[in-house]
Amino acid sequence: MRLKYIDEFRDPELARRVVDAIRTSWGERPPMRLMEVCGTHTVSIARAGIRSLLDGAVTMVSGPGCPVCVTPDGYIDAAITLGKRPDTILATFGDMLRVPGRHSSLEKERSGGVNVRILYSPLDAVETAAGNPGKEVIFLGVGFETTAPSIAGAILSAAVRDIGNFSVLSSVRTIPRAMEALASDPEVRIEGFLCPAHVSAIIGSDAYLPLAEKFGVPCVVAGFEPLDILYGIYLLLRQKIRGAAVVENEYSRVATPSGNRKAREIIATVFRESDIGWRGIGVLPGTGLAIADAYSEFDAQKKFGVEIPFTEDKTACRCGDVLKGKITPRECPLFGNACTPAEPYGPCMVSSEGTCAAYYKYGVQ
Amino acid sequence: MCLGVPVRVMSISGTSATAEVGGARREISVMLLEDVREGDWVILHAGFAISKLSPEEAEKTLQYLREIRDAT
Ligand code: SF4
Ligand code: SF4
Repeated sequence: MRLKYIDEFRDPELARRVVDAIRTSWGERPPMRLMEVCGTHTVSIARAGIRSLLDGAVTMVSGPGCPVCVTPDGYIDAAITLGKRPDTILATFGDMLRVPGRHSSLEKERSGGVNVRILYSPLDAVETAAGNPGKEVIFLGVGFETTAPSIAGAILSAAVRDIGNFSVLSSVRTIPRAMEALASDPEVRIEGFLCPAHVSAIIGSDAYLPLAEKFGVPCVVAGFEPLDILYGIYLLLRQKIRGAAVVENEYSRVATPSGNRKAREIIATVFRESDIGWRGIGVLPGTGLAIADAYSEFDAQKKFGVEIPFTEDKTACRCGDVLKGKITPRECPLFGNACTPAEPYGPCMVSSEGTCAAYYKYGVQ
Repeated sequence: MCLGVPVRVMSISGTSATAEVGGARREISVMLLEDVREGDWVILHAGFAISKLSPEEAEKTLQYLREIRDAT
């Protein structure tokens, strides 16, 4: 079946020509070090073999763009604590199931009796609450700006329908300041950002202006299909050649300069900025979205008095360095032996958008 | 986790809509969009239409790509 607005951006012949154009225009310059921030880009780049196609022209490093991977252990522990309360249903996106906490995972706890339901939409969690009035449905709210308005929308709809047995354990976070933290880290050495597509649909491409202006890093918003990514890289290399550091938008069919106004309003209504810990990166001030006081009855943390501690355990897993682009998964001693998608040791191997999982699945060197 | 796909809005009632997703029909929420109409293409993510998709802009981007191709 033909998929409109997807197939056109997968045309292999056109892709080959764009690869040629990139190689020709870049010539013999040393490779430009680019970060793809988003997990969906990571998977798409791995699947299409873009790293090897552009070897020598660009070095692609993967960033912290998978909400599952950056969610710290303490969050999983808090979710498990809540799940063990009587009459509780934990509702979550499927990717969260196997993420390790300090002692356990939701999957292990599920076989031990914790009621965990995998849902596709936060709205389904509200429906589950409506259909199970005797139970408390707690939605595990993880995600970036893409998911934030949907979670906020679910809370608003629970408020309108006066559903009192629904709450959200929020670990929602925002991306641009995390990118700024990486841009200012001399060990990461980013020369250009491939900015996330659907985060940008919400926040708008202008959100990256400080990155380009303050840090002198070229930024290009790009879609998720191979041609989107190749064109995005082409634009980044072109900026480097002319010594520019501006924001360009390859994904103008979906992302506009100012983004989705209504979605941002809903986020601002339901959430407030907070400091939040990122696995491997540490606490980044103002990058969290906690539930605003006006909606505290839907805040699982307040409702049940749980804390989400942030500690960084020293384990053998190198996810922290992978998420900052300091090492590639293959440089982790556990990769492919103690840690595989079937038996993941760290979160980057669990999530379908995790960097380690993408490298493993597509055999990226 | 955040794979969004282009779908076409078939009908709207209030903040929900019916969309065509690769031949199948699904109920989606359009509460995050300001001015969505029947026939519009939107990006669907976790049950919500998070953004509109502009066919004109898609065509423009493809046109740039063809220009890159033709220049080499
Ligand atoms: S290979 Fe496994 S253990 Fe190593 S960084 Fe990746 S997820 Fe962590
Ligand atoms: S757009 Fe989706 S996949 Fe990409 S970083 Fe955001 S949540 Fe992750």
